[in-house]
This record gives sequence, structure tokens and C-alpha cells, in this order.
Amino acid sequence: MSSIRIHNLSKVYADGTHAVKGIDLTIRDGEFIVLVGPSGCGKSTLLRMIAGLETITTGDLYIGEQRVNQLEPAQRDIAMVFQNYALYPHMTVYQNMAYGLKNRGWQKSAIEERVRKTAQMLEIEHHLTRKPKALSGGQRQRVAMGRALVREPAAFLLDEPLSNLDAKLRVQMRVEIKQLQRRLQTTSLYVTHDQLEAMTLGDRLVVLNQGQIEQVGAPLEVYQRPETLFVASFIGSPNMNLIPVQAINHPLNQAALATLPQQTDILGVRPDKLLLQPPTTPHIQFECSMTLFEPAGAESHLYMRLCSDEHNLVMRVESMSELFQQPSFTVYAEIQHLHPFNQSSGKRTDS
Amino acid sequence: MQTKQLTFNHRWLPYLLLAPQVIITAIFFLWPAAQAMYQSLLRQDAFGFRTTFVGLDNFTALFADDLYLNALKVTLVFSLGTTLLSMSIALLFAVMVNRMLRSRDLYTTFLVWPYAIAPAIAGVLWWFIFNPSIGILPYLLEMLGINWNHRANGNHAMILVIIAAAWKQISYNFLFFLAGLQSIPQSLIEAAAIDGASRLKRFWTIVFPLLSPITFFLLVVNIVYAMFDTFGVIHATTEGGPAQATNILVYKVYRDGFVSMNLGSSAAQSVILMAIVVVLTVIQFRYIERKVNY
Repeated sequence: MSSIRIHNLSKVYADGTHAVKGIDLTIRDGEFIVLVGPSGCGKSTLLRMIAGLETITTGDLYIGEQRVNQLEPAQRDIAMVFQNYALYPHMTVYQNMAYGLKNRGWQKSAIEERVRKTAQMLEIEHHLTRKPKALSGGQRQRVAMGRALVREPAAFLLDEPLSNLDAKLRVQMRVEIKQLQRRLQTTSLYVTHDQLEAMTLGDRLVVLNQGQIEQVGAPLEVYQRPETLFVASFIGSPNMNLIPVQAINHPLNQAALATLPQQTDILGVRPDKLLLQPPTTPHIQFECSMTLFEPAGAESHLYMRLCSDEHNLVMRVESMSELFQQPSFTVYAEIQHLHPFNQSSGKRTDS
Repeated sequence: MQTKQLTFNHRWLPYLLLAPQVIITAIFFLWPAAQAMYQSLLRQDAFGFRTTFVGLDNFTALFADDLYLNALKVTLVFSLGTTLLSMSIALLFAVMVNRMLRSRDLYTTFLVWPYAIAPAIAGVLWWFIFNPSIGILPYLLEMLGINWNHRANGNHAMILVIIAAAWKQISYNFLFFLAGLQSIPQSLIEAAAIDGASRLKRFWTIVFPLLSPITFFLLVVNIVYAMFDTFGVIHATTEGGPAQATNILVYKVYRDGFVSMNLGSSAAQSVILMAIVVVLTVIQFRYIERKVNY
């Protein structure tokens, strides 16, 4: 177990692609960090650089107190879980898990003991003599975890480990991974493009975009106070509504808009913070018309359009209302729930 | 899986479409094979006036013949040597080319070229290179104190034909090994690297086992090639000599039948060769049907 320190880390590929652009990050001992971002944002490259599978172009990487830039993957004392599991198809589950220990010159009895212990923890002890092909997706996932756990490394690196599972299994494994990490207290770095996975798993989120860090923080902190337009639109489902100020700049809103920081030209508001009744606190309001009603069980999503400039919005509602049948209806949002942004800088204006 | 069923309206169309392949197989394989089997039971006198039915005498005579047993031994050494040499060099090349990024296609193209050369031409090429009086290799070997002469030395002759036969086959093997290497997911190699396996260990414990279906397939194909398809190489270089040292079974069939005009014995030898091919083919199909157990 140890901390990981990343200092000004960059990756430039031979073809000139600048995949990772100067990242600074400190991961505390035992912390569960989730790297989240859209595909191509450099999150996997960053993980692979930490694993030693990609060379580091510039910057420093420390695992514990040691600078590991030049070390081989095997010497970094990390374990990795791959998206496609990367189980050795010609070996049994036992051999898969024992391979890393064998290469490190462990005694046969010690290997046996450790593999059995780990298999028991993951409830795969009945499959030890089987080959990966004979296992289901979820079982393979467990074996891949087992192969990483068995060595008790300083850090786990997980590269979208759940993306090959079906939705139901994914939720189940997500819970198990979190419980496992809590129990073992091993520093973990988890890469995903799924913002829900990121929110539920991590102690802290690192939101990446185009090779740079957009925001680092606890999941709820990031959700409740996105620092940039990108984070605002990326985290949360359905997406945050981003309304241009000029679209709602009419006399009724003048007083409320005047309280916003200068340079604010985009207002973000979560779908669940839009109201159909006027609140008593200061608020803004705008006319909308319905485009689509989407029932999703416990809640429903109402897709609508701003009457003033055809801007699309989404709102969370309890149920279908008579109101929506009318050509237009009024929607309200409290000032305290607005996220003010500046379009050109992409940053929050109230920080 | 449901396949699309085509229906022919014309009754004779399917037969017509199959006809070319069936006719070629019949004329160039079934008929000669039947002829050989029939002839292997006959004996002709020296001038071809009389043909007598002798039963299995030709076969019993063969297995009592030192020259034939020698040809069996020579064939074994030759085909194993050719197979091992061509496969190991091809695997080495494939591993090296697979590690390249930009120049991979260029190397692949060049390495495949020898396959387009006719066996006899390949034989002549090596005959020149190894020629004791004008060849470049004997000249270089002499500097090392080796007196190369494949016309007198049976071992030299064997080395020559093995190299000449293997050289052509490297291209073929290389292509299969390269395709096999490329089908191994990169993440497996990376996982092994993280698991602390050295480059060499990764190759022998991960890559090589995963190549085993291809290795086995090539093993059979190469043995068949070395045993049956190398007539041109032998004919162009050593003609089975010196003193029977490179007289492999296929070449002996030709020598006994068309040079010595001993048709009965020659036919019996080709029947034995046919049996060997059948056995090898059965092994291969059985194995490939079973696939490999992962």
C-alpha cells in the first residue's frame, strides 16, 4: 500500500498526438480514485503510464517514495485489471492467479495458500481447475480481480473493468468492488467513461477532458459544484441544462439576473431543480413547450423547448400533468440552484 | 446459424458446376492412383515384353531392400530437418516483424517473395551458392577451414538440400506465424509483463502456447511439403547423391520408375507414399476438428 504522486505528467505519441497534457495529482494511501471522462480524453493513457505500459514523455511519477518513471511494470508493485480481463486462455483459473507469484519466485505451498485464500474471498474457489473459456462473464471478471488481488500489490489499476458486463451484473460488481476496496484499503485507480460508476465508486473523482484535469473532488462536491462547463455537462444524468442568459433576459428576470456575477452568460440548472410552481425565494422563470414525455418509473423526464429561442431543456417531474398539454407553461428555478458559467473561459463565474 | 438456401431450377446445373473439379480430380489423381495400385502388384521384365502378376512381392522386396530402407531414413532426416529449420526461422522472423510498427508491411512483402519462386529455381539458386568450385559459401567456409563439397560428402549434400527446401517454406510459415501473433491480444502480453514475466518467459509461457494450433498445423503441412513437394529441389541440386545420401522417397520413385524403368517397384513405393499422406491428413483433420482446448 502506498500513495501515488503524479507531477506534470505528459504523453506525446510518435505521431504527435498529445494524449496527456501535464497532469498533477496526488493519490493518498488507500484512496479510491476514479478517472472519468469521455473516450479519447487520455484517462486510459494516464493509467497505462502509471502501470508502465506506456512510456512517460515528460514529468515524474512516484509510487510510495520511489520515482518509478524508468521501472518495468513488474517492478512497480502494481496490479491491473483489463477491460477484456486478459486472462491467459490456456491456463486454468488457478494457474492464472498463480502466474504472477510463480514469476516472483514464491514457494509452491505459499502460492497455493494465497491463491486459495483469494479465491475464497471472491467466491471462485469452485472454478480453480477450470479454464477461462468455461466461465461466465461475471466469473471471468472475478478471476481477473483475483489475479490482481492475489499479489497484494501497492496499488490496483482498473481499466474500465465492468464495461463488458450486462447492466445488472455491472451494478452488482460495482458494489462488490467498492466493498472489496473498503476492506483491503489498497490504493486504487479506476478508469471509466460511465459517470454513474464514477459517482458511486470513488472517494474522489478526477474529471479529464482532452488530456487535462477539469476538476478533482469528492463525487458529491463535483456534482453539486462543477467548476467548469465541461464537468457540468458531463456529470449527472440527465445532463445539466445549460441556458444562455440572453435567452431568458426579459423584464421578469431582470432583478434576479442582476444578482449573478459579472461575465455570466450561461446558467446551469439540474433537471431536478426546475419547478412548475413559483418558489418563495428569488428565482428566474421562463416559458416552455413540451417536446417529449419520458416515464422512467420512479421519476419521469420531461423534454421541453424554451419558447424564446428553441433551446432544449430537460426536467425531472413526478408525473404527467395537465399543464403540459397547453401550448406553453412557465418553469421556475431558484437562484441558489443556478450554476453561473462564462462561455468563453468555460469556468464558473462565482468562484 | 441459418445459411441462405439457393435453389437451382435447372437439374443439370449443379453437376455442370461441379464437373471441372471432379474431372480434374479423376484424371490427375484417381486414375493415376488406381493405376499405381494396380501396377504395384505387377512385375515387368527388363525389356517390357511381359507383365506378370506377383501379388505383394513388390512390397516385401522393398522392405528387404537396404536402399529403400536407406531412403526412408534419409526422408525422415530430411523432412524433420527441413520442417524444424523453416519453422524456427519463420517464427523468429515473425516475432521480430511483429514488433515493428511502421516497417512491418515492407518486411512482410519481402519475406513472402521467396514463396513465389519455383522449387527447381530455388534449388539452382542454392546449387550456385554452394557450388564447390564457383559458389560463394564454400569460398567463405574455406576461410573457416571447412572444406565444403556436397558432391563427395553426404552430410554436406543433406545440409544443402535441407537449406534449399526450407528456404522457400520460410515464407509460408512466416505468414501463418505472423497472423497467429497478431491475433494474440496485446493485453495478454501486458498482463504477463505486470505479472513479472521477462520477455523470454512471456514468449514461452504465453505466446508460444497460444500459437500451438498454428504450430501444429504448420508441422503437418511442412512435413507433407518436405516429403512430397521437394522433388524439384533434389533434382536441381544433388539428384539424390552422393551415394544415395539425399535420395528421398519421392525422388526414389522417380529414379526407379523413369530412370531404371522398374515400374512395379516404383508403383509400390508411390502406394506407400500415398498411405503416408493419408495418415498425415487424418492426423491433421482430427486435430483441427478437435481444435485446441481453450
